[in-house]
Order: sequence, then structure tokens, then C-alpha cells
Amino acid sequence: MNFTPFIISFKLAAITTLILFVISLPYAWYLSQTKSKIKPFLEALTALPIVLPPSVLGFYILYALSYNSPLSRFLDENFGIKLVFTFSGLVVASCLYSFPFMLQPIQNGFEGLSKNMLEASYLGGKGKLKTIFKVALPNMKSSILSACVITFAHTVGEFGVVLMVGGSIPGKTKVASVAIYEMVEEMDYTAAHIYSAIMVLISFTVLFVVYAFNKKAKSRLL
Amino acid sequence: MITIDIKKTLGGFGNRMDLLIKLHINDNEFLAISGKSGSGKTTFLRILAGLEEAEGYIKVDDKIWLDKKNSLPPQKREIGFVFQDYALFMNMNVADNLLYINNDKKLANELLEICEISDLAKRYPSTLSGGQKQRVALCRAMMNRPKLLLMDEPLSALDPDIRVKLQDEIMAFHKRFKTITLFVSHDPSEIYKMADRVILLDNGMIKKDGIAKDIFLKTSGSQKLSFEGELLDLIKVDVIFIAIVSIGQQLVEVVLSQAEAKGLKIGQKVKISTKAFSPTVSVI
Repeated sequence: MNFTPFIISFKLAAITTLILFVISLPYAWYLSQTKSKIKPFLEALTALPIVLPPSVLGFYILYALSYNSPLSRFLDENFGIKLVFTFSGLVVASCLYSFPFMLQPIQNGFEGLSKNMLEASYLGGKGKLKTIFKVALPNMKSSILSACVITFAHTVGEFGVVLMVGGSIPGKTKVASVAIYEMVEEMDYTAAHIYSAIMVLISFTVLFVVYAFNKKAKSRLL
Repeated sequence: MITIDIKKTLGGFGNRMDLLIKLHINDNEFLAISGKSGSGKTTFLRILAGLEEAEGYIKVDDKIWLDKKNSLPPQKREIGFVFQDYALFMNMNVADNLLYINNDKKLANELLEICEISDLAKRYPSTLSGGQKQRVALCRAMMNRPKLLLMDEPLSALDPDIRVKLQDEIMAFHKRFKTITLFVSHDPSEIYKMADRVILLDNGMIKKDGIAKDIFLKTSGSQKLSFEGELLDLIKVDVIFIAIVSIGQQLVEVVLSQAEAKGLKIGQKVKISTKAFSPTVSVI
């Protein structure tokens, strides 16, 4: 049995989660603190991947990254990066697709913090950065865990965008969900069963760990 | 010495209000701020702390905190601030809550000792009672040795006997660290006990400024006793009426003639006063 698609899925999910975490922290902080009128606009824009069919997103990404597009040509000529039907392209597509799943729990976490608690830190002479890392983030561990786990799980589970942007190149861009689709098409039900069962098991374990941790974290902070 | 002359427009459509405050506060003064909710007390404290913007001028000794060009950020004002909801850092134990502000273990121990909570140093806020949390918050506010201590209704969420104890501790801190203390409160007895001076805010302006006795004492002229309360019930008994009035936390029964009862409605604010008798005070 060949488990390479699983390895690719998890590698993709891990890299996507890491990148989105780094991007989402400052962005979520900005959204949670701003009183700007463009906030609803930014929120709607970043929430789009939740409601759009993956094929729509996949189509636009494919279009933007195709060899003839200015962006693609710029990246290829200056950095030698090709983004269509490559693993790097999958990472870019996954980041766009999973962005709201990382952003929203973290933003909710920031917004759920006591405003007075953050102000107490400012009044104690501490700057924003120190307040974020020493006061804000430690008080929203369950939001951060939820954000990372859901992003990871969601990336592992994605199908449409990955298929459109990555194709299904064995060992490169063929992830587990696409592999299952192909197994079913080839009527290899045994392999599809094994793959699907593994997916169910991993997803359940991940969600179970999150809920168990959140229950524990809440009882300590309340 | 603090000189304040600020202006800020509050509220949205319909209930706009201008907060206009001109005030001098002397060194080592304990100033109570009273007034109805929505009169601008909290906003005034937050402007002083630099947590909200305002137009005008704030000068503390010879340092300018706010003028046309500059507004000193809250980090640089060196203020101690106590919130009504404690606002403790929930991820840190009591000792770390204090040391996060200023890593001065000697001062932290001294403060915890004054409040008699040294044995709670390793406990987390979620395991403390309201009174204990507010003591920690008070200690934390003193960690940067503030010149100005601001307290926004710090005791209003606490039980009466714990309030009395915390009043003593707040006064101890005020004397020990020679702060200028601004204290928002609704409770005249608390203000009478603690404050050198009271300002009464109404609709964003200072309506009264003086000592507690002059501002809160309700008797006037030849009246010996006078209380304000709410008329809870009016019961007709034969030819007379019995009025039940709630004054503070107590209920009082007053007998009224038909003529006196006429025109009174349940729920009204009423004043009970007497001239003819000398009241006696005895220990209970």
C-alpha cells in the first residue's frame, strides 16, 4: 500500500498551517482592535472561501497562476518559481482556501479578551508587542489551538481546489483526498476503504483532542 | 498638582453630550467622583489615563500629558488604575501579576503584606474571591509607584463588610505612597469616610465641588432629620394611611393622614423629614 498521498497531505497541511498562523496573528489583531470603516469589507473578503464553491476559487487561482499571467511570469522570471501543478502552487492555493479557518478563531480569541486586561498592561508601561505575547495570547490558548487544528484538518480535507491547481501528479501533488477519488473511479474499493477509514480516524482524533483541551482550558481561565 | 481642562463629545445620535471638565487637583489629595451613570465619570478617568482621546490640556506637575499637539501614551503616564472588574492577567499567578508590571520583589511583598494576601502569591486569579481579586488589582496598580491612582468603582461589586476592609487598605496605600487618588463611587458613606473632596458630575459637567458633608447632607434649614427614599407601598387602614418607604437598604413605616397621602404615588422618590423631635443615636 502506497501512503505517499497521506504524507503529501500532511506536509501540505503543516506548511499551510504554519504560514497562515504567522500571517493571521497580526491581521487578526488589527481586525480586533480597529474601529475603521473598512473592517466589514476586509472581513467579508477574507471570509469568501467559506462560501465560495472550491471550483470557483480553484479557477481564479489557476487563472492567476497560469503560465501566461503577469504574476506567474514575474515569479518565474525573477525567482524561478512555478506555481501551477507544483507543490508550491498547492501551498499558495491552500493558504488562500484555508485563510478564514485560521483567521476567524484567532480574531474571536482577541475580541473575547477583556479590554480592561489589555489596558492594564498598557497602563503598566508595556507596549503592544509585549502585551500581545505575554497577556493576550496566553489567555486565548484554546482559540489558537482551535484555529491551528481546524486549519490543518480543513487543508487535509480539501479536494476541489487541490485538484484544479495541483492536478494529480503522483508523489508531487496527489494528496489523500484526490487519491481516494481516483481509487473509487478505478473501482479499487479496498484501497478506498482503507484510505477513507484512516481519514475518519485521524479527523476524529484531532477534533476530540481539541474539544477535550478546550474544556480544560476554559475551566482554568474562568 | 494636576491641572485639567478637557473637552470631549460623547454618545451618538440623540444622546450627545459634551464632557467639559476644568479642575485643579492638589498633591496628595483624595478626590471622589460621584454622579449618575452616564454622567461621564468613567470617560473622565479614561481620558486622564490616556486610554481615550480628548481635546484640551492636562498638566501634571511640570509635565504636559495632553495639549493641542501631543498626547502622552498611557504607557508613559505612570498611572495606577483599578478597574471595577479587576482586569487581572488570568494566565499569571498573583505574584506574577505584580511582577509583570515591575520586577521589584521587595515592593510586591510589601504591598501583598499591607493587603494581608501574602499567602495567595502562588494562586491563580480564577481561584480567588472578588474581594481577594480586587486586593491583587490594587497591589498591581501600585507596582509602578504611580503618582496618580485612578479607581473606577473598585468596590461596587463587593459585599459590604469586604468593602469596609478594602476602604481601609486603599486609604493606607494613599497615605503610604502619597498618591493623588481619584475614586469613582456612588456611596456617600464611602466617600465621606475616604475623600478629602468630592466632585459631582452631571451631564458631563462638574455640578458641585466641595467636601462630602456639604454635598451629601440632605437636611436644610430647621430640619433635624431628612432622608430620601422610594415609596414602595401605601396601605389604607381605617382613616389613615401607612407608607412603606425604602431608604438605603432599610424599610421604614410612616403613618400619614388622608390629606398627606393624597397625591403620593407608589414608586415616587420621597423625602422623610422631621423638625419637632431630637433624634437619639445609640449603639446596636
